[in-house]
Amino acid sequence: MDPETRMLPGEVRVFDPAGLERLVEALVEAGYRVLGPTVRDGAIVLDEIASAGELPHGWTAEQDAARYRLRRRDDDAMFGWAVGPHSWKQHFLPARARLWRAAAPAGQGPPTIEEEPPPERPLALLAARPCDLHAIAIQDRVLLEGRYVERDYALRRRDAFVVVVNCGVPGGSCFCASMGTGPRAERGYDLALTEVLDGGHRFVVEVGSARGAELLAAVGTSPAREEDLAAAHAVTDEAVFRMGRSLDTAGLPELLAANLEHPRFAEVAERCLTCGNCTAVCPTCFCTSVEDVNDLADGSAERWRVWDTCFSIDYSTIHGGSVRRSSRARYRQWLTHKFGTWVDQFGTSGCVGCGRCITWCPVGIDVTEELAAIRARDGEVDRALAR
Amino acid sequence: MTSVGSKPKLAVWKFASCDGCQLTFLDCEDELLAMAEGMEIAYFPEATSAEVEGPYDVSLVEGSITTAHDAERIHEIREQSRLLVTIGACATSGGIQALRNVADVREWIPLVYATPGFISTLETSTPIADHVQVDLELRGCPISKSQLVETVSALLNARRPRIPTTSVCVECKARGTPCVAVAEGTPCLGPVTQSGCGAICPAYGRGCYGCFGPMESPNMAALARQWRELGVENADLVRALRTFNANAPAFRDASAELTR
Ligand code: SF4
Ligand code: SF4
Ligand code: SF4
Ligand code: SF4
Repeated sequence: MDPETRMLPGEVRVFDPAGLERLVEALVEAGYRVLGPTVRDGAIVLDEIASAGELPHGWTAEQDAARYRLRRRDDDAMFGWAVGPHSWKQHFLPARARLWRAAAPAGQGPPTIEEEPPPERPLALLAARPCDLHAIAIQDRVLLEGRYVERDYALRRRDAFVVVVNCGVPGGSCFCASMGTGPRAERGYDLALTEVLDGGHRFVVEVGSARGAELLAAVGTSPAREEDLAAAHAVTDEAVFRMGRSLDTAGLPELLAANLEHPRFAEVAERCLTCGNCTAVCPTCFCTSVEDVNDLADGSAERWRVWDTCFSIDYSTIHGGSVRRSSRARYRQWLTHKFGTWVDQFGTSGCVGCGRCITWCPVGIDVTEELAAIRARDGEVDRALAR
Repeated sequence: MTSVGSKPKLAVWKFASCDGCQLTFLDCEDELLAMAEGMEIAYFPEATSAEVEGPYDVSLVEGSITTAHDAERIHEIREQSRLLVTIGACATSGGIQALRNVADVREWIPLVYATPGFISTLETSTPIADHVQVDLELRGCPISKSQLVETVSALLNARRPRIPTTSVCVECKARGTPCVAVAEGTPCLGPVTQSGCGAICPAYGRGCYGCFGPMESPNMAALARQWRELGVENADLVRALRTFNANAPAFRDASAELTR
């Protein structure tokens, strides 16, 4: 047996940029539908890729509140950028997904219901980020590990192959270091790559699973030397200090519960467009609604699941109308759910510090800034009201 | 919703408009036959010369009210219709011709018509809902084919049509389009505009032009601040708001505020 096929989880190897091409080929050959970063419409998005040639080679993006700009790097880095407008939720929990079809051909007995078939090929995620893995774990908790399993999510998610790429170039909106979700991945991957530029362009790869080891055997790697390990660690150690943002997470659920009438909520409502961009880009937001459609010609019907958002009025409409008509109430639902009540519901924060909601909010509303402002005047108004 | 033993009767009416929304109906090639099978198309001069007397189960109304005669005619149609659905920017807000509402139409008439004496028109262009009760609105210039088909099939199956009133951004994100405002600095009316078009303009790298009119809770002041930060003059935002839906209350009030 080739010594490489005996690689074990936990082992660390090294390959060069040509190895990345072989990695994509190996995934395609193994029958995966490979999803990875690629440049489209002025951003680095996550789409199906056929070869490493489609990766954002030499690209980066400047990010800040309400601002994203693609820029050329002055080197050949493949992964010299932070998360863009897409998240893996797009692929595991698509914005629109048919759940089933029902047909009732005339005179042929009771209607038949046909569930949506599983995807033809399992998904392989290339260049998920450490915060993305935490977001996926959070969605797993909600959609797979609760009392009700979301069938189509399970079908896409369960066999997915995950290649994580540790972060060397955090974005201006990133704060994963504050949330404890990055910039280095600890678990939840088949392969974990760190891109090293100093001392020769190479990828240091940690094996996370048996099938990760098996796939890597087809890539051609060499054992990692001391200096490779040190260089890979230096990449993420330095990234910690280059986060564009930070957040004091101490006691956030309690802070929010004690500040529901905080004046900051009225103030942010003046700026908020209630457009729903933040919940759409957030990799953990899971709210959906179902739509039934019927075909006029053949009488068949279909049930579709579509993304919903707590920024819509319909979302909170019950008998007698919406319970969150004001923008203030809607923004408060988003912020308190992400950072407060999520913990009660699912045992972790609903935020992984990816910064997408900050960059992609058209008016640059920043959760870290809102939370800091609430903390700065902790409890004043709620205490006065309670008196 | 069917009248017992017979097909529901549909009528399509035209007021001041360009016919584009009615054409959307004819453009529903795949579904048109099924629609025609499910309903009796009782009055639709754009498509057929046959005419059936009212009352009608559903009336689709295109166009705005710009003449005294039309202001009366819409009441007759309302009386003859069980459900009245307005279709398009003209019918739902007054349309492009509502630009006259912020100008003096008498000054314009001689510029446009060779024999101004023949023109008898009101000084305003107003939506149908300013005159009679409207049961459902389909927005857009023109309306979306899929929203029209959804409405007809919902009505034929006695269910509520699903016509979201959220922002264009919701559809833009569902489509996976990177935001043109954030990624390119292109001003976009999407955050204050109602969805339904499928976020077509941003998908082609352009900002939304607001042809579906205001969304359910438009924050015009916040949008105006954002456009200023993107370097847009107030006059240009006013021009954008006074395009397809100049008379829609949120757009009308914001543009009035910005020209003050
Ligand atoms: S709340 Fe914002 S920063 Fe946190 S995970 Fe969601 S999008 Fe990312
Ligand atoms: S923040 Fe809103 S959209 Fe996101 S999961 Fe919570 S309720 Fe749903
Ligand atoms: S916080 Fe920003 S992205 Fe979210 S609804 Fe408000 S304006 Fe839209
Ligand atoms: S491009 Fe326009 S419609 Fe799309 S998310 Fe951005 S502001 Fe909204």
